[in-house]
Amino acid sequence: MNIIVCIKQVPDTAEIRINPETNTLMREGVPSIINPFDLHAIEAGIKIREQLGGKVTVLTMGPPQAETSLREAISMGADEAVLLSDRAFAGSDTWATSYTLAKAIKKLGADIIFCGKQAIDGDTAQVGPETAEFLDVPHISYIRKIAEVKDNYLRVERLMDEGYDIVESSLPVLLTVVRELNQPRLPSLKGKMSAKKAEIRKMGMADIGADENSLGLKGSPTQVKNIFAPEVKAERKMIEGTPEEQVDNLIKELKEIKCV
Amino acid sequence: MPVIVNNEKCTGCETCLSSCPFDAIVLKDGKAYINEYCNACMTCLSVCPEGAITETGARTQGAELKQKLEEYKDVLIFAEQKDGRVVSVSFELLGAGKRLADELGTKLMAVLLGAGEPEARELIKWGADKVIVCSDPELEKFNDDVYSEVLSRIINEQKPTIVLAGATPIGRSFIPRVAAKLRTGLTADCTSLEIDKETKHLLQVRPAFGGNIMATILCPDYRPQMATVRPRVMKRGEYNAGRTGEIVSVNFENIKSRTKVIEFIKEVSEVSVNLHEADIIVAGGRGIGGEKGYKMLSELAEAMGGAVGASRAAVDEGWIPYSHQVGQTGKTVNPKIYVACGISGAVQHLVGMQSSDVIIAINKNTEAPIFNVATYGIVGDLFEIVPLLTRKIREVKNL
Repeated sequence: MNIIVCIKQVPDTAEIRINPETNTLMREGVPSIINPFDLHAIEAGIKIREQLGGKVTVLTMGPPQAETSLREAISMGADEAVLLSDRAFAGSDTWATSYTLAKAIKKLGADIIFCGKQAIDGDTAQVGPETAEFLDVPHISYIRKIAEVKDNYLRVERLMDEGYDIVESSLPVLLTVVRELNQPRLPSLKGKMSAKKAEIRKMGMADIGADENSLGLKGSPTQVKNIFAPEVKAERKMIEGTPEEQVDNLIKELKEIKCV
Repeated sequence: MPVIVNNEKCTGCETCLSSCPFDAIVLKDGKAYINEYCNACMTCLSVCPEGAITETGARTQGAELKQKLEEYKDVLIFAEQKDGRVVSVSFELLGAGKRLADELGTKLMAVLLGAGEPEARELIKWGADKVIVCSDPELEKFNDDVYSEVLSRIINEQKPTIVLAGATPIGRSFIPRVAAKLRTGLTADCTSLEIDKETKHLLQVRPAFGGNIMATILCPDYRPQMATVRPRVMKRGEYNAGRTGEIVSVNFENIKSRTKVIEFIKEVSEVSVNLHEADIIVAGGRGIGGEKGYKMLSELAEAMGGAVGASRAAVDEGWIPYSHQVGQTGKTVNPKIYVACGISGAVQHLVGMQSSDVIIAINKNTEAPIFNVATYGIVGDLFEIVPLLTRKIREVKNL
């Protein structure tokens, strides 16, 4: 079984702070991590390999320093790692990112492709399904359980509102996974050793045979027009005093608007 | 990088450094240097007093392309159904779509898959001018392959300039496939949609970067302009029982699916029902400090007769289960009262709760952004305030 897990290195958005004067991000000291949903995707890939044999390749598109995330995935148990990095990829939106990933996956070959449901920096959840479309393979989103995997068949549970679907598919297939699927393992000592020594395969525009006009900013249909700070609600009332007074006054306010 | 600094013109004045929303410009050897964090927002281009920053891969938009864009006219919404009934977000999309269509002076279309004409007529009463309905029983149950193929074919025929869909599990799963097929842009989870007065392009606003800032997204050179909208973000339009419109039935052949839904198993978590239906939600964030804090919030929620919510930080720490999470990656709620305890208020959380009628924020940090959306703000130690509030509410209610 050839398994490819697509991962993304993201800033830990919980640690991001905003400069209150300029309303811009402050990156200093913000750690880069593997997108949390992708950890579950890596775990799912390793589990299937342990069951059926084969190979788990982690794939990421990003700047050269994304290599640290690939090594982390190897320390968890992935066999190989591929870094898609090229200046031509810069400024990609979800369309161009998916196109690029699909080009690389076609080159590498896969029976099952795993992605996290979404990345915590963009939160679009678009790259998985779009990549599947470019690969011309089916996809199933929000996988919470993998019930059965065979040579040319799998059955999974897809998390929906108010329940779950039992879905079957032929292979190859792309699956996006949710947290409920599994508990990602921690790197083993042996894994850490292999991660140190592992050779990271690097691929650029020419290696994946991509059309330059479909890459990066040039290939991206969407553009960021501007960035701004969220609005402030006008009628806010700060309640001061000792904790006792604050609580009393709050209850008084709530009584007035008939909320208690 | 998408933008480049001309080193001869750059004086190293650092003006661009503080203008960059992504902190992607640094000073290297006395010159501005744009690193890999660049998101191509082009903010720096206009602030540089020397005009030293320019776009590298200039976007080309030929006359031919422009003419092609003009073929795309109407606004189209995807009306999602479940068990044959149109789901709520579809009416909200009709509200938003009608406003955009009126502004553009075009028609509002709706696509309804797997339901019948009575439902199509409802869509007209809620604002659609034309409903394209495909009542094939194969479409009653959602399927990514089939839905994306059918919707793409309809879009290719109808050529709408804007396509809106609900950011529901179904919409978020198959709409990206449609965008990929059509070679066009898609913006997820928009919180505001407006038409640019000059260019007539769709201005799509969404929280970006973990929801810490807002971004306006454009899709100027491709059509249709596609966006998803979360449930309960847009307002429904006006219902008019006497409204008439056109209903077109269509059928498609040769659509194959490689996946098959064998069974749907209903499993409604009590938490999720409670959060959506609750009049009062007491939610905790990083400030609650641990599982003990969760217990304290549960007591307040019980006293107030409400449900317990959580921010992503509290869920990531493992203090409160994910089913309680409110925000961009959790649930969107709009209760009468939302009590935010120890929640700093990243936009990622705010988008899921800011339409609540009354927001009470309790936080020890005066600067916490949660106070910006609060109706009542209390700066203080929540471990003092919350138990006190619980006790006093019980007294008031005579519990």
